[in-house]
Amino acid sequence: MKNLYLIAYLDLKESLRAKWFVVYSLVFGGLIALFFIAGVTESQVMGFSGLSRLLLMYIQITIVILPIFILITTVRSISGDRDSHVLEYMLSFPISLKQYYWGKVIGRFITVFLPVFFAMVIAIIYGAFKGAAIPWNLFFLYTGLLFAMSSAFLGIAFFISSFVKSSEVALGLSFFIWIFLLAFIDIALISLMMQERMSSGLIIFISLINPMEIFRVAAISLFDPQLTVMGPVAFYILDSMSQTVFVLVSILYPVTLGLVFAFLGYKIFEKKDLV
Amino acid sequence: MIKVANLTKKFGSNISLDSVSCEFKKNESIALMGANGAGKTTLVRSIMGYYHPNDGEVLINGLNPIKNRLDVLEHISFVPQLPPPIRLSIGELMEYISVSAKVDKELIKYYAAEMKLDISANLNKSFFKLSGGMKQKLLIAISLAKKSDIIIYDEPTANLDPKARDDFYRLLKQNEDDKVLLFVTHRLEEVKDLVNRQIYMDLGKIVSDERF
Repeated sequence: MKNLYLIAYLDLKESLRAKWFVVYSLVFGGLIALFFIAGVTESQVMGFSGLSRLLLMYIQITIVILPIFILITTVRSISGDRDSHVLEYMLSFPISLKQYYWGKVIGRFITVFLPVFFAMVIAIIYGAFKGAAIPWNLFFLYTGLLFAMSSAFLGIAFFISSFVKSSEVALGLSFFIWIFLLAFIDIALISLMMQERMSSGLIIFISLINPMEIFRVAAISLFDPQLTVMGPVAFYILDSMSQTVFVLVSILYPVTLGLVFAFLGYKIFEKKDLV
Repeated sequence: MIKVANLTKKFGSNISLDSVSCEFKKNESIALMGANGAGKTTLVRSIMGYYHPNDGEVLINGLNPIKNRLDVLEHISFVPQLPPPIRLSIGELMEYISVSAKVDKELIKYYAAEMKLDISANLNKSFFKLSGGMKQKLLIAISLAKKSDIIIYDEPTANLDPKARDDFYRLLKQNEDDKVLLFVTHRLEEVKDLVNRQIYMDLGKIVSDERF
């Protein structure tokens, strides 16, 4: 365990010094700052205003950019170390592959999750300072969703990193997965639905196994418990489960998905040539 | 200490090691030589347990380096040809080594000082920002402080100036008893005073093995 924490701690320290982390933190912190400057908290759309409106906007943008940020910054963690022969040296010491791999996963998770979480915390603190009502239910839901989203894409990134030999291929794959999942949020599914080649139930099932889609639906579920903005989709979702169960699924499913991918990545890392 | 039996390692259709067998015993200092692509690095990496062989086996003190990774690596010190661009600070790197391999940090500082490298002044500096020679000196200091039975050096003097080479040879002489020293090198003259065995590899095979 000592080695596991050591690897996590050192990976965290290394990441905190990296330029990508500065950019990453500035993007999410900057988003919140921009919303306040732009007066989002004073605007009102569909009856939502104040901090609720700000958090909704934040989460909607996060859906799109968080996955690609996590993928491109994490996918090189092991493949990059392998490329540059860092792995060859670091693994010449008696440290188990399990501790090395999972230590990296834990360290990197903290690195990617904390900036997006702290950006929300800053919004809450600043909002409270300005006298706005604090939507705690939204805050806790979004914290859970961000945790789940970070887990899912971190797991996918470590999975790619474990078998890809070069960083360039790892980056290419990351972009492909991101575009693929993003396209399946709407564009591809709407076209499939319009062509009526598959049953609507199947299409909605496909869309909901996409962590980005389930994140998006769950994010609006507190504003719109009947999911009316989603039209017929709401019928399928709320017919199969209650709103509370749906929110739980939208958190537990991406976390499980991330763990499964991270575990598969570990198995590959363990079975393949290390350098 | 090290037993390699009929070891074959292929990368795609390329045979990097072709049924290699050899044994390295206590108090042997070996110069492992050969042209580029001869299989030297593959052999070293197989000994370290980085590669899964296609055939044959490697045993370190009777243990498989893949299955018994921790037990085996406790006995091995390794210095690569080119110091890798590790982004940890020197202090963090020493912490990693001290916790994972139970190496005394003061001993690393001692050997670094013997190599004319002042670690204390550079503890917060990133390893990759050090000069090539400083990196190599630190890696050598770590390899000696680890007090391993098996020390593997891949072109260890490539980045060292003549004075640092002399320091390195002097320290090795003081620490060579009851050990296996394996030097991967292209220049025998650089280690000829240290070695008592010379192995030449070509196209994945051992083509000559001389003791002197």
